[in-house]
Amino acid sequence: MSTPTFVVPGTPRERLRWAVADGWMMTRRDLMHWANQPGLVVAGLLFPVMVMLMFGYLFGGAMSAPGGNYREFLVPGVLALSMVFGIEATFTAISTDVARGVTDRFRSLPMASSAVVVGRSAADLLNAVLTLAALVAAGLAIGWRWHGGLAAAFAAFGLLLLLRLAMLWMGIYLGLVLRSAESVMALQILVWPLGFLSNAFVPPGTMPGWLGTAVEWNPLSATVAATRELFGNPAWAGESWPAQYPLLTALLWPALFIAVFAPLSIRRYRRLSR
Amino acid sequence: MNRTGPAVVAEDLRKRYGDTVALDGFDLTVPAGTVHGLLGPNGAGKTTAVRILTTLTRPDSGTARIAGYDVRRQAMEVRYRIGLVGQHAAVDEILTGRQNLVLFGRLQHLGAATAERRAEELLATFRLTEAAGRPVKEYSGGMRRRLDLAASLILAPPVLFLDEPTTGLDPRGRNEMWDAVRELADAGTTVLLTTQYLDEADQLAEHISVLDGGRVIADGTPDELKRRIGADRLDVVVHDTADLPAAAEVVRAVAGADAETEPDRRRVSVPVRDRMAALTELVRALDDAGIAAEDVALRRPTLDEVFLHLTKKEVHS
Ligand SMILES: Nc1ncnc2c1ncn2[C@@H]1O[C@H](COP(=O)(O)OP(=O)(O)O)[C@@H](O)[C@H]1O
Ligand SMILES: [Mg+2]
Repeated sequence: MSTPTFVVPGTPRERLRWAVADGWMMTRRDLMHWANQPGLVVAGLLFPVMVMLMFGYLFGGAMSAPGGNYREFLVPGVLALSMVFGIEATFTAISTDVARGVTDRFRSLPMASSAVVVGRSAADLLNAVLTLAALVAAGLAIGWRWHGGLAAAFAAFGLLLLLRLAMLWMGIYLGLVLRSAESVMALQILVWPLGFLSNAFVPPGTMPGWLGTAVEWNPLSATVAATRELFGNPAWAGESWPAQYPLLTALLWPALFIAVFAPLSIRRYRRLSR
Repeated sequence: MNRTGPAVVAEDLRKRYGDTVALDGFDLTVPAGTVHGLLGPNGAGKTTAVRILTTLTRPDSGTARIAGYDVRRQAMEVRYRIGLVGQHAAVDEILTGRQNLVLFGRLQHLGAATAERRAEELLATFRLTEAAGRPVKEYSGGMRRRLDLAASLILAPPVLFLDEPTTGLDPRGRNEMWDAVRELADAGTTVLLTTQYLDEADQLAEHISVLDGGRVIADGTPDELKRRIGADRLDVVVHDTADLPAAAEVVRAVAGADAETEPDRRRVSVPVRDRMAALTELVRALDDAGIAAEDVALRRPTLDEVFLHLTKKEVHS
C-alpha cells in the first residue's frame, strides 16, 4: 500500500470539511445498520403505528374527546409520543458503542471529534422523519386530517422534530453516563410515565385536578397541545400557563433540554479522556 | 519527525483515579522497529499507560511522544501513526467484517476505492475473506480479534499498541495472534504489547518492562531479566509424592533457601548460587536421606519466577 499523506486540518475551512465528511460517514454507518437489519427498522416503525391503531379502535368509542372525534385528538398525541420514545434508540446506540470500546476506537482515529454526535443526530432525525411519515399515513387511513394549512402542518412537524432533538441530547448524555445498554430498562421506567402521564391519550381536564395540572406541565403535553393547535385538531384548553400558551411552551421545553444536555454531553464526551 | 529516534517515549507519567494511583512515574523508551513487552499483573497500570500513549486518556503529569509527536499537543499527528488493539474487540457488531474495515478506512480519510481495496487486502491477510460478508456478531472470538487487529492496521501505522491481545483466546487463536505480531515486527512495525502472560512476553518481545503499582520495577531483555535475579535453579523431581516434604527439607538444608514445592509435578525447586557444588551435594544428601529422585536438574529461572521475585521484592522494600 502506498504511504498515505497525513493532512491534519489547519484552517477552520479544512476542519469544517473534515467535520462534514466524518459526520456523513458516521450517518452512513447507521444507514448500513438499517440495511443489515431491515426487520428491526420495520418493527420500530410499526410499534407506534400499532399503539395508535390500538388506542384509536379500542378506546375510540369509549373516550370522549373535546370536539368529538377521538382519532383526530389521538394522532398528534402518538406523533409526539413516538418522538419521546426515540430516546431509547439514541441511548442504546451510544451506550453500546461506549461499552464495546467502539467509541474509544473512534477517539483514537484521526477524525473530527464532532462526527460521533453529528452522525448520531442525523441518523436519529432521519429515523424520526420516517416514523412520522408512517404514523401520518396510518393516521390518514383511520380518518385523521389536518385543517390548518400546509405551513402550519410543517410548523407542527418542526416542533415534533425539535422534541426528538431534545430527547436525542438527553439520550446521548444518559448513554455516556450509564455506559451499558442494559440500563435501557431503567430509562424505560423514566420515559413511560412521562409518555402516558400526558395529554396524548386523555384530556387533562378529565383527570383529578392536581394530576391534570402536572400533566399539563409535562414537556410532551406541550408539544402535543401545540401540534393539535397547528393541525387544527380538537384540543383541550386548560387553565395552567403551559395550556394557555402551548406553542411557546413547545419551544421552551425542548430548548431548555438542549441547553442543559448538549453542554453536559459534550463535557461528558471530553471527560472520557480523564 | 526524527526517523531514527525512538518510536515511543514516556517520561514520568502520572495518573490517579481518586485515591487509586494508576501510574506512578512511568518511564518507557521503545526504539523504532522493536517489539516491547509491558508485563504486569492485573491493576498494574498497563491499560492506563496504553491509553495515555494512544491519546485516549490525559496524564495528570509527565510527557509522552510517539514518533516524536506529543500525545497531548499533537494528538491528530499521533493518531495518524498508531494502531490500537484494546482489551475488547472494538468493532461494530451489526456491520459485516468488510463494512467495518471500509468504515474505519473512510474515517481515516481514505477515498472510497482505496478504502475498499485496503479492506480486501486486510481481509485476505487475516483469512477473513470468506466471512467478510457476515455480520460480526456471528464471528468467533478469534475472528473478532483478527478483524480488530486488521482495523488497526488500515493505514499501516508505524507504531502498534496491543493491550492484552490474547486474553480470552483459545490456544489456536493465541498462536494466530502471535504469528501476526511476529510478521508485523518483521515488516518493521514497532509493537508495544501488554500482557499478563510471561511466556507471551518471552515469546514475542525483544525487550520487557515489568510494571507493578504503576511503575516500571525492572526492564531488560528476557535473558537479562532472568540473569538479574541471579541464581540458577535446581529442580528435584521425586518418584513418590509422599517424599516431597522430606525432599523439600533436604533441598532447603543444601541450598540455604526456601524451596518451592509443586505437588502435581512432584517437583521441588530452589535458587542456588554455586551450581555445581550444590548439585553434587544435593545428590549425596538425597541419597543419605533415602529419597528416590527421578530427576535432578539445573536450569535458568523462568520469567514466571523472575516476575514473582521482582514483585515480592517490591512489596518488601
Ligand atoms: N477509569 C478508571 N476509573 C477508576 N480507576 C481506574 C480507571 N482505570 C483504571 N483504574 C485503576 O487504576 C489501576 C490501574 O488500572 P489498569 O491500567 O487498568 O491496570 P491493568 O491494565 O494493568 O490491569 C487499577 O487499580 C484500576 O482499578
Ligand atoms: Mg488492562
